[in-house]
Parts: sequence; structure tokens; C-alpha cells
Amino acid sequence: MQLRYEVSGADLSLAGKASTEVKRALGRLGVNPGAIKRAAVSMYEAEMNMVIHGGGGIAIAELSPDRIVVTMEDTGPGIPDLELAMQEGYSTAPEWIRELGFGAGMGLPNIKRNADDLRIESVVGKGTKVTIIIDFNGFGGAQV
Amino acid sequence: MNGLSFHSVTLDPAKCKGCTTCVRFCPTEAIRVRKGRAFIIDERCIDCGECIRTCPNNAKKAVSDPLSALERYTIRVALPAPTLYGQFDERFSVDRILGGLLELGFTDVFEVARAAELVADATASWIASESLSGNGGPWISSACPAVVKLLQVRFPSLLERLVPIMSPMEAAARIVKERLYPGRTDVGVFFISPCAGKVTVSRFPQGLTESAVDGVIAIKDLYVPLRNALPGVQERPLGHAGARGVAWAHIDGESDAVGVPKAISVSGIADVIGVFEALENGKMKDVAFIEALACPVGCVGGPLTVENPYIARARIRAFERKAAESPGREARFEGDAVDLGFEVLVAARSGLRLAPDMFKAMIMLEEAEIIGESLPGLDCGSCGAPTCRAFAEDVAKGDVLITDCIFKLRENVRKLAEELINMERWQPPGLDKD
Repeated sequence: MQLRYEVSGADLSLAGKASTEVKRALGRLGVNPGAIKRAAVSMYEAEMNMVIHGGGGIAIAELSPDRIVVTMEDTGPGIPDLELAMQEGYSTAPEWIRELGFGAGMGLPNIKRNADDLRIESVVGKGTKVTIIIDFNGFGGAQV
Repeated sequence: MNGLSFHSVTLDPAKCKGCTTCVRFCPTEAIRVRKGRAFIIDERCIDCGECIRTCPNNAKKAVSDPLSALERYTIRVALPAPTLYGQFDERFSVDRILGGLLELGFTDVFEVARAAELVADATASWIASESLSGNGGPWISSACPAVVKLLQVRFPSLLERLVPIMSPMEAAARIVKERLYPGRTDVGVFFISPCAGKVTVSRFPQGLTESAVDGVIAIKDLYVPLRNALPGVQERPLGHAGARGVAWAHIDGESDAVGVPKAISVSGIADVIGVFEALENGKMKDVAFIEALACPVGCVGGPLTVENPYIARARIRAFERKAAESPGREARFEGDAVDLGFEVLVAARSGLRLAPDMFKAMIMLEEAEIIGESLPGLDCGSCGAPTCRAFAEDVAKGDVLITDCIFKLRENVRKLAEELINMERWQPPGLDKD
């Protein structure tokens, strides 16, 4: 089944809504707590990225009995150097975002740690599509 | 009492009018109105007492033990929660309040605040040793029984963050039984409680195989006889707890007592949920300890108290300032160490799951999404569910019918009416003039 959410790019206080919703759905299904946590963390990080950098977008969660596939797509500026973006501590977030405790350059590495599969497609000037797969019996540590 | 489904929070059916106030305030969507009465779904209830607090008809209550329960024991020990001290004004000192308990039939008192100091020490050393082995937290306090159950029902992934140390109530009961009256079987230990959840955990403890508490008496049940006894009580030095333990009655008291840097404290179930949502999302990386209390302002806001929580807190803080001036009071409980660690794991509860089988649950969830989209989204509560979405899940589970939604029912009536008008236009073939 599919769940679809619009992520607003304008309001930081609304960020995290989509991942909370997905968490709720996984709880209703009786998915194991470890997998729920991994899904929550990786989706929340991707959602924050979408709000901070991507100007909002669409989050789609595809649920099946053994896994969840989350696709987060924005029409933002895109990522010029993906390898650099994947490095821990590398950040292009503005100062005020950092003051709020975000933008420490841990977003994508953190997603990678928690997801069983992570795919990032990005075109500069067009947008970014992040696909996160959480296997309910997996352990995270996606290869990118 | 009722086997595993026992809950302290129950309904007085004679007083319930079937309004949906409690249904909407319940943090785990554990209440539905059926046949004009609120009905609690046992697997979801966390005994937080929100329904007791919000019911306009006083139909929700917490079952606790009557004072007459003392009669079963020769030695009857009262374990007053520090919250009790804030229920009476400054004329009545802690010594006098404790003396008053002895007038009511107790033969001894042991302050839970004293045990709270030991629990604070044990918590601090747990956090320190875990942090040494690279597990820096955040650790969640296990003192509030409703918070522990909230984790079990709604945030099972955070259960591994729970400090595995028993509550001050249990610690106090064990000190009394193992240290003060060892080997005796005629000792009855009674917690004097602001909290509905403590009644439940005294029968089905969290993290322990058995509770050492024999009964739980609500502060509000004991208030009038105690208040009447107080003026006649001789002042004797009965209170030994220091500010550090007594402060557990209100928010910040526990985290101050534990004393680890980078602690946060949160009270009120809605705010607690907000913190746990953020924690589950991986925020709060810099936090070492979370003091989370389900009631507003902490235990002084418990549903079994009498005094306004803000007044009670102000009184307790006045006591703390005084106690800080007279250092003799600060003495820790000198006794052989009692093992305060959990004996068993606190496990997740499956109350929010739609079906035990994931395939079935998924079909139901999908159906609930579709049904949900067809509902008005007003969360009016007329169907007896807290939200349209919860109602959609109930329909998908087969618990209720879609026409229990009055808007859906009206839609159906309209369709039926249109059909009737259409049928009325039809003529038998013999009369049809066209």
C-alpha cells in the first residue's frame, strides 16, 4: 500500500510530520521496533533535507509486509557533488539552520547508516530524489 | 485482580453520559463510546489518568485500596509519596503529616523521598557506567508508570533507553521489608499515592517479577481523616528525607537529584509524546537523561491528589529551601544497599496493532486509508471514536459499521430517499401513458 505526503518547504516547524505518520502506520502493522526506529530516523533526516535545501516536495511511502520503500522528491537546487554530500560533517546549510541544531552534515550519512538501501538521484537545477529502503528484518548500513 | 487486564482507571457507568471528552483526550486512543458509555480498550490503556482529569461528570475513577485494607496486617507501614507534603498548608510540617499517618492506623512510616535519593544515585551511576562503554543516552527515567506504559504501547523502539532501575515506591517497599522488618510475614506496606498508575503497577509491576507493595491508598481518600487528625498531632522528628528526595514530587526534582549534565525534564502527557516523537526521529543527540512525567507539573498534578498542583509545588519548594538551610536533614538513608535493578525486561505491548498477522494488518490499514478519505474529517466524535481516522481503523477491523458515522448515515438516507422518489415515478405498464 502507498502513503503520500506533501512536505512544506516553508515551515520548519512542520518538518517531521510525514515521518511521524509513517511511524504510526508501521506501528499499526506491528513492524518490529528496531525497523520502525530506522525508518523514522532516515525518513526524518531526508525530510529535513527536503525542507532545508529542497524547498519541500513529495514523500511517498510504499509499504509491503517485509519492507518499506520511501521516495522523497523535491524540485530544489540539486546536489552538485554527491560524494562530498555523503561525507560526515560536510554541510551547505546556512548558519541559522545550524543554530537550531540541524545542518551538521550528518543527514545523508545518518540515512545511510539506518537504511538497508539508499539511492540518490540528483540533477543540479532540477531537483533531488532520495529513495530509502528499510527491510523489516535488515540491519541498516546501506552501500551507496 | 482481573488477571492481566487489570487497570486502575475504570468507569462508573451510572455517571457516564456518553459524551466523548475523555475519548478525545486519551493519548493512546484507548477509549470508545459504545451504547452510550465510555469503554476502555485494556491493551491500550496506560493508566495516565487523563480521562479522570478531563471527564466533566466525574465518571472516570481510579480503583485503589481503602484504609480498611490495613486491618489484614500487624505491622502497617505507610509509604507517603513526597506529593503528600504539598497537600497541606505551612502550618503542618512534614513531621506532623507523618505523625498524622500514625494516627490513622499505620504503625510506621517510611518516606518514599528517602528511597528516591537512592534511586537518583543508582540512576546517576548507571548513566555514568553506560556512558563509559560508549552508550551516552539519552536515558529515559522509569519512575513514572504511565510513561513506561506509553513507551510499551506507542514508542516500543525507545524501551531500550529506559533506565533499568525500580521506582522509588518499590525501592522504599523493599527497604522496609528487607531491611527494617526482615523475615516477617505480617508486614503490610501501603503507598500513599497521587497516581492511578501506581495502583496498577503494585499488582503488575514493571521490570520486576513481583511488587513489594501490598496496597495503594489514594491521597484524596486519606485527605479528610488526615486533615482532621493533624491539629492534634504531637510534633516528633519523623521526617528524614532531604530536599533532594522530596523534590521528586514535581518536575525537575528528579533530574536535579540525578545530577547529570544535559538532562531535560518534561511533564504533561502531550508534551512527553512530543519529546518521544523527536527522540525516535533521532533528534536529542546531546541529551543524556530525560525525566518524563505524565501529569502536569509532575506527581503533584496526579489525578488522586486534592490540592492544585501549582500550589502544592510552591509548598514543596518552600520545604526544599528550608531543608537546604538545615543540613542535618539532608542525611542519606544509611542502610545496607538494596538491589534496585530491574529483574525482567520491560516488553513492548501490541495494543495499537490492527491484527496479529502483518498481511491482515496491511489489508486493514489500506482499507482504513480508503475509508478515512471518504469521511468528513471533522473528528466530531459522534461515532464514539476520537478521530475520523481512528474510526476508519475501527471499521476496517470490523468493530463498527461505516454507518455509525452520522454523515455517512445521512448520505445513505439521502440515497435511499432519492431512490424512493425515482421509484414513485415508475408506473405499472398498464397505466404508463407514454
